[in-house]
Amino acid sequence: MATKKMAIIATKGTLDMAYPPFILASTAAALGYEVQVFFTFYGLQLLRKDLSDVKISPLANPAMPMPVPMPVMVQMLPGMESMATMMMKQKLTKHGVASLEELRDLCLEADVKFIACQMTVDLFEFDKSEFIEQCEYGGATTFLGFAGDTDICLFV
Amino acid sequence: MNFDKEFDASGLNCPLPIIKTKKSLVDMESGQVLRVIATDCGAVKDMQAFADQTGNTLLSSTEEGGKYIFFMQKK
Repeated sequence: MATKKMAIIATKGTLDMAYPPFILASTAAALGYEVQVFFTFYGLQLLRKDLSDVKISPLANPAMPMPVPMPVMVQMLPGMESMATMMMKQKLTKHGVASLEELRDLCLEADVKFIACQMTVDLFEFDKSEFIEQCEYGGATTFLGFAGDTDICLFV
Repeated sequence: MNFDKEFDASGLNCPLPIIKTKKSLVDMESGQVLRVIATDCGAVKDMQAFADQTGNTLLSSTEEGGKYIFFMQKK
């Protein structure tokens, strides 16, 4: 049986949207898939050595379950984003869901290849020393070279 | 049922029971049996799907007092 392949494009840098690419990549790797994840635009934040700035915002996120209904005017107040992030992280821990760091480490351990979009690094003038060393830098063509030959290709 | 190794995934949620089951199987010999204990009800379907996709054999899948017990035989 030929090795199955999966490619994921991760474009979001919020806590909630960071989970799907890491969960799918680590699981697919456990199933024997060869996996590559291309991190572009805000998704690049998920390659930082320090993931503590990855947050969730209740703003413009009406589907987010809240303990009490909260008007948008209140969600805008300073500190609400940090509070929502703290509550979400507590919930994740309580329910035995892995942290982003743990899932990312599981991906790396299973040889999932991370490609950081070079254009995004230039665009936002990011310092490469802030990103994990296990990622490669490349562009759309690099990624499509792999993605064109995959069984599953997802945009997150 | 006899088993060669045990992995307790109690308290862990998707996808950790599966990923760690896979890691537990790595250093086992072909034909050996791994017993997995989980509390995540999603693991019931996922463990079968893991077996189907990896060629390992799920010998049994049962529930005992709120815990899910799996016997996975390595390919």
